[in-house]
Amino acid sequence: MSETKIDVRVERVGPVAPEVKHPNTCPRCDSHYRDDELEATLYVCGHCGYHFRMPSRARIAWLADPGSFEEEASEVRSADPLNFFDLRPYRERLAEAELNTGLPEAIIVGSARLEGHALELAVMDFAFLGGSMGSAVGEKFVRACDSALAAGVPLLLVSSSGGARMQEGILSLMQLPKTIAALDEFHEAGLPLFTVLTDPTTGGLMASVASLGDVTIAEPGALLAFTGPRVVQSIIKEKLPDDFGRSEQNLRFGQIDAIVPRPEQRHYLARLLRLFAR
Amino acid sequence: LPGEPERGLRERLSRLRNLPLLHRTGVAAEERRLQGQLDSVSRTDASVDEIWSFVELARHGDRPYTLDYVERMLEDWVELHGDRGRADDGAIVAGIGRLNGRTIVLLGHQKGRDLKERIRRQYGMPHPEGYAKAVRAMELAERFSFPVVSLIDTPGAYPGVIAEQHGQGGAIARSQAKMIQLRVPSVACVIGEGGSGGALALAVSDRVLMQENAIYSVITPEGCAQILWRDGNEAKRAAAAFKPDAFHCLELGVIDGIVPEPSGGAHNDPDLAAAQLGEALAEALDELTAVPASELRGARRRKFRAMGVYA
Repeated sequence: MSETKIDVRVERVGPVAPEVKHPNTCPRCDSHYRDDELEATLYVCGHCGYHFRMPSRARIAWLADPGSFEEEASEVRSADPLNFFDLRPYRERLAEAELNTGLPEAIIVGSARLEGHALELAVMDFAFLGGSMGSAVGEKFVRACDSALAAGVPLLLVSSSGGARMQEGILSLMQLPKTIAALDEFHEAGLPLFTVLTDPTTGGLMASVASLGDVTIAEPGALLAFTGPRVVQSIIKEKLPDDFGRSEQNLRFGQIDAIVPRPEQRHYLARLLRLFAR
Repeated sequence: LPGEPERGLRERLSRLRNLPLLHRTGVAAEERRLQGQLDSVSRTDASVDEIWSFVELARHGDRPYTLDYVERMLEDWVELHGDRGRADDGAIVAGIGRLNGRTIVLLGHQKGRDLKERIRRQYGMPHPEGYAKAVRAMELAERFSFPVVSLIDTPGAYPGVIAEQHGQGGAIARSQAKMIQLRVPSVACVIGEGGSGGALALAVSDRVLMQENAIYSVITPEGCAQILWRDGNEAKRAAAAFKPDAFHCLELGVIDGIVPEPSGGAHNDPDLAAAQLGEALAEALDELTAVPASELRGARRRKFRAMGVYA
């Protein structure tokens, strides 16, 4: 009896050194842009249509009618209730995120107008600690709900988040029911939540308000999942479908209403605002 | 084991002290805090093991699971199967029974005892269909004004391709939303592992309890270690950092009470553990049924809206 073994291993799952590209280089087609070029094209690759992550301030400046945005709850900041430190203290990470992004937190909220329609904006930014949701992000979203409710206007959430912020432990997890509770009150008043899911929206955000919009649209190619592909792959050790967790798969399986390229979103949202106007 | 975090902290502290004060806000406070942390590192080494012992007890192979409690706590148990859409998820059980003479709807995660059952129950990790089943059972509870009792025991929601395709995040979100809206009283108790969103989906209740040796956390210690320490073997340290034990959860205002267990853990005396759990649940329900139904939803919203600590 000869022992013939057939190699049935699927391709090696393991750390493959990621190719580091300049942030302004399109990961899909390698086109390179100056900062002002990216800004002018709404951070969409003019060559292949790849959607770069759009900074929250730039998105608000584009979405809101000129001069209409009034920021709220900017005084709400993260604390460090667990005195958390992993490889570095949480406070140091917070300070660094603030220095690098110029943002006070991973979400900006405020009132605005879009083609004349009043609405409340809640825009997340992945650049600030991966857009993670801790107590401050939860609180700011809740205040956005309250403000929209008081003004009787729709709420627009632009999500971009890796999920709950681990450095605040269980308190981060509690931001899920917290934001859902605020949204429940908002919904009860007959007001709509529109969500624009951008790359990436995963974990805690997907398991809370990002999944509870009355109309849910996504940007092309965005990763929208509860468990991201790396974790799933590390567990099942098989090759994943190419579009695993992407907007396109989510649309196919009925999880979102539409995929809307960024340059068309403003008109799309304006149409929704007209339809839901009271 | 000692030294590593301590060395890191010392290094950071000395770097901070030598920092040219460009962005000087809060550096002094930072320095004080690091010093405090340094002090506590040397002090709390014992509690790293202490906290880890909770993790081990919560995952103990002989620990009673949901159906073990159902058997001992409830009379006239009728299990409900399926989400009426696609499947019957083995990782979540739902049913109707009587607790202290009161008809309740019970939901719970269910792990398996032997390999065959573990596979059938997916190690207590539900698919979206499991949460859909839970929502269906909650709707039933509302129709007949039965209180909802849920027992939480899962490492987390199932992380798989099909689970994602079927909308895992949305299913967890809708289950929480349903719990927030319930017009009937609800009590949840974490009886083992309260793993992240997969656990939370059944735990948005008027009263949330934890058994003495249960854990409740935003992520598994292994997952946290993998992400923050980039080393799954640092689970112990990760657990000590995010403190998933009942006492810390109570301190942070995340839960309302701790249910005692027989000495050494619930697995030492499941009958006694069930009696203690049943008593705690019944007591919470007594208290809640005194609240007018119209006030429950608002009170529940206020309770969860107040959670979190920010500056």
